[in-house]
Amino acid sequence: MTDTAITSAKKTLPAIPKEETPFTRFRKAFFEDKVAVAGLILFLIIVSLALLAPWITPQNPYDLRSVDIMDSRLPPGATMGEGFTAWLGTDGVGRDLYSGIVYGLRISLMVGALSGMIAASVGMAVGLTAAYAGGRVETILMRIVDLQLSLPAVLIALILVAALGKGVDKIIFALVVVQWAYYARTVRGTALVERRKEYVEAAQSLGLSNARVVFRHIMPNCLAPVIVIITVQTAHAIALEATLSFLGVGLPQTEPSLGVLIANGFQYMLSGKYWISVFPGLALLLTIVSINLMGDRIRDVLNPRLEK
Amino acid sequence: MLTRRSLITAAGALALPARTAAQDQPDLRIGLAFEPSSFDPHFHNTTPNKSLGRSVFEPLLFQDERQAVRPGLATGWRLVDPLTWEFALRPGVRWHDGAAFGADDIVFTFERAPAVPRSPSSFAGFIAGKTVEKIDDLTIRVRTAEPYPQMPIDLSTFGIVPASTRGATSDDYNTGKAAIGTGPFRFGGFVRGDRTLLLRNETYWGGVPPWRRVLMRVLRSDPTRVAALLAGDVDLIETVPTADLARLRGDPRFTVTSIISNRVIYLAMDQFRDESPFIKGPAGEAVRNPLKDARVRRSLSHAINRQALVDRVMEGDARPASQFLDASFFGASRALGVPAYDIGVARSLLADAGFPNGFRLKMHGPQGRYANDTKLIEAIAQMFTRIGIQTEIETLPPAIFFTRGSTGGPGNTPEFSMIMAGWGSAAGEMSDPLRNLAATFDAAAGRGSSNRGRYTNPAVDTAINTALATIDDTARSAALARAMEQVADDMGIIPVLYPLNTWAARRGLGIAARSDEYTLPFHITRPS
Amino acid sequence: MLAFILRRLGQAMLVIGAMVVIVFFGVNVIGDPVYMLISPEMDQNAVEATKVALGLDKPIWEQFIYFVTGAVQGDLGRSFVHGEPAIKLILSRMPATMELALVALLMAVVIGLPLGVYAGLKPESRLAKAIMAISILGFSLPTFWVGLMLIMFFSVMLGWLPATGRGDVVRVLGIETSLLSWQGWTFIALPALNLALLKISLVIRLARAGTREAALMDYVKFARAKGLAQSRIVGVHIMKNIMIPIVTVLGLEFGSLVAFSVVTETIFAWPGMGKLLLEAIQRLDRPVIVAYVMVVVVLFVVINLVVDVLYSILDPRVRLTEAKA
Repeated sequence: MTDTAITSAKKTLPAIPKEETPFTRFRKAFFEDKVAVAGLILFLIIVSLALLAPWITPQNPYDLRSVDIMDSRLPPGATMGEGFTAWLGTDGVGRDLYSGIVYGLRISLMVGALSGMIAASVGMAVGLTAAYAGGRVETILMRIVDLQLSLPAVLIALILVAALGKGVDKIIFALVVVQWAYYARTVRGTALVERRKEYVEAAQSLGLSNARVVFRHIMPNCLAPVIVIITVQTAHAIALEATLSFLGVGLPQTEPSLGVLIANGFQYMLSGKYWISVFPGLALLLTIVSINLMGDRIRDVLNPRLEK
Repeated sequence: MLTRRSLITAAGALALPARTAAQDQPDLRIGLAFEPSSFDPHFHNTTPNKSLGRSVFEPLLFQDERQAVRPGLATGWRLVDPLTWEFALRPGVRWHDGAAFGADDIVFTFERAPAVPRSPSSFAGFIAGKTVEKIDDLTIRVRTAEPYPQMPIDLSTFGIVPASTRGATSDDYNTGKAAIGTGPFRFGGFVRGDRTLLLRNETYWGGVPPWRRVLMRVLRSDPTRVAALLAGDVDLIETVPTADLARLRGDPRFTVTSIISNRVIYLAMDQFRDESPFIKGPAGEAVRNPLKDARVRRSLSHAINRQALVDRVMEGDARPASQFLDASFFGASRALGVPAYDIGVARSLLADAGFPNGFRLKMHGPQGRYANDTKLIEAIAQMFTRIGIQTEIETLPPAIFFTRGSTGGPGNTPEFSMIMAGWGSAAGEMSDPLRNLAATFDAAAGRGSSNRGRYTNPAVDTAINTALATIDDTARSAALARAMEQVADDMGIIPVLYPLNTWAARRGLGIAARSDEYTLPFHITRPS
Repeated sequence: MLAFILRRLGQAMLVIGAMVVIVFFGVNVIGDPVYMLISPEMDQNAVEATKVALGLDKPIWEQFIYFVTGAVQGDLGRSFVHGEPAIKLILSRMPATMELALVALLMAVVIGLPLGVYAGLKPESRLAKAIMAISILGFSLPTFWVGLMLIMFFSVMLGWLPATGRGDVVRVLGIETSLLSWQGWTFIALPALNLALLKISLVIRLARAGTREAALMDYVKFARAKGLAQSRIVGVHIMKNIMIPIVTVLGLEFGSLVAFSVVTETIFAWPGMGKLLLEAIQRLDRPVIVAYVMVVVVLFVVINLVVDVLYSILDPRVRLTEAKA
């Protein structure tokens, strides 16, 4: 799925006039697209909801003292035992769904963002090393990348999480394992192109250290495709976590992510108690859509071939 | 014998041509929740296999819907002496290939059933210690070294196969080559993990079954199974998810039937360690194991609102439990009542035991093994939290849960401090859960094999031993009830609830609900 | 080219070796399959008997040596649960999964390509925007959730299509297929659509991006200037440009279709090998998991190889060497 991003984001920004930094240029282009801005606003709202969770929810859904089984499966708008109204209804164990969703957003976003960042760091390190070191190191590293990419993410994650057990840390680990190779492959490709460029040769002939060349000159040029992949992969990671939870190997039930909430609600889909699965599903959908809307524009902006 | 039979292979029977005559279509389609792993009746001792096998391969004795033993291929039995049982075989029974059924087949089955290669769970346990002898074509005798009251139950658990199939492998059963029984249906096709086709035995000794062709499909995912029924893909489903009960009950197109199961959902508590690994003091400090104190265990039992679990979590599809089997089963106590839900009593018992501020507990359980298992654990944890026990839960995939819960600790001891688990009594009587859950753990003697809290009380062991050696049913039943009452008094294991077994079908079909979860097509009646 | 293929196969063997070691020992760490196999009323002696029957009483490295010895001779062991050769189980389920994945792939191209090309030709039109919005939805919706929605809508509410299972199969050239009858297509329609959804979005995006790029290329501008008909420009010049990435990506994504069939097969009770894998994981049926991984890795290597070869045919500039950037 990331291949779209990879194929179309291989080229980096062309030479830019001095007075306009790449960032301002990027910002300007990004804000030209209303849909992308809508995506950004939506995303910011979702992130603030997640960050402010303890202050804007009537219930802490992780505290078993405040959750009562007598409140289970209440429809939207019902009043709960503790007196507040469950605007989105309650789930099968008596959690207020609104509170559950807001807290679940926290976990889903954290899992997506953390795994994306760790995978990007690992992938960039591997990709740059491979591109710069070349030779045997490159061959070995890239064979590992091939090994990783030769099996689909959902399969590896499924087997890994089944082996590691449950927990936020374990699922993040599994998601990093399935994602890093995408970054490594892309970064290496970009870095190889950059390395052959004249300014790198110039920098090297000036006697700059390898590290300096890599970090100051090659790495910044690889960031554009990495950013594109991050947006795609974060959305992908959040969806993958939900899928693993559906298959029964995801996050623990006591601190449910959106995926766990949906998976739990799944069994109520045919029973008419739609809210248990539909509302967390909508929250997940909005989150992923907002990221994808931004990602789409970022990719278009960072791909100069499409500009007229 | 095999060559005479017209062979129907799996592929041949199921690869129907695109346009099939109406009479080739199945007239009963069943959605199964669990997958039979083989058509060989002696390959794998599990409920899905036994349920499927029961339609084709009949045991010597049958169990009725509440698991009381009834005549089967044997019309009756008598004790010649306390160690010798004599069975009279049913005359006039024929195998699906037309040959006559007789004592030689029983002798052969006693040889084959315990010796199936690579059996993941063998039937050997039901045959060990028994020697079978042919008296005449329609009479056999079975001898044991000790008095053995379980004899009729054991002989109702495995199907009889004809001596003419000697040497047949499990594969020969799966392809239909050797799948010859005496039952109301004969082999029609077996596609693993997908479907099984059964064809009517037109000459069945018990009367012609109501269905010509029965198609059984494996639909493991709960919503999928219900959707298949709603969409008319199947006529009947087993193990109806509790979430969909209300909808199906309210829909005039369907009918729902349930019966109390032979299963209990229970909590087992660490009673063999002085400090338990998943229990800490209220502030996280080390603390003596509170679960060794009967008052704490009783307190926990009183903290559980069983009716709320039944109503809110199980959506009515369960009954509150007071012991290991519902009072209607053999050996259950008539005296035990469901422990009252009383937070006041629970708190004061806890204080009496020296834990006025409670403690911290992490409770473990399986995820996806029993209906609503995770939700039950979560709800029970909520209830414990209300009497001051700060409870966390961790649910694990069943494979991991049972491995760690049985042998995950140091020295292959059970790892967890408190678990929620379930016990289904295939034998349908109290000796089964008592011997495995409550008897003192003794691997060599096969006692307490699932006693994961290592509860022990010599009085209970004595009563169980007495019952296991008593042939007289009344005395045996009384001894079992006595043992159960003692366990309940110690609250050595906390019974929580008995789930119901539930089937749903299109309206008009009559379903004989069974406590052993078997779905038997010959007991499903046509619309009148 | 032969050297290239041979080298690829050599690497594939390494990949398989590594995966098998990981899976073999990984699964062993998870738990003891015996507890998933035996009936609960069995005592410790029965547990031991089962372990002996399945060879689980031996130390893990001994089991591994035994497995490798067998594997070299083509024997990947027998399923703990079914007692049958694991490879036979998987191969017997493979046609169903392949059929599902192929139909899904077909759907992705047939539905995705025209929509994507249209969106690329007229990027500012309303319809194009709607198409892109739908493609984002397709990317964002969790497969399992959509699956049940499809069942609910098309099977339960409308009653048009069967909710579960596979149609009757017939054998053609030794391969089982359900696609030769109308009834078979009614069965496969929903699961294939469910599986295809992500890929439809992907094809839309690829086709749109490719079309937009191609529209800006000199040769297309030139063709336009020359007055060639729009249909010819799209059909020949643009298609040529977008088919390469689409073939490449779809080839690679075929593997992901096979993998994602785990989810779809579970929901639609489709009797394929994905469902088999999930059940094997749940029951710790190690031989089946290991054999599945081996089969799938081989499959993917073959797919990648085919893609590379196709790629070189479609784009003569590409040479089959290992040093691809």
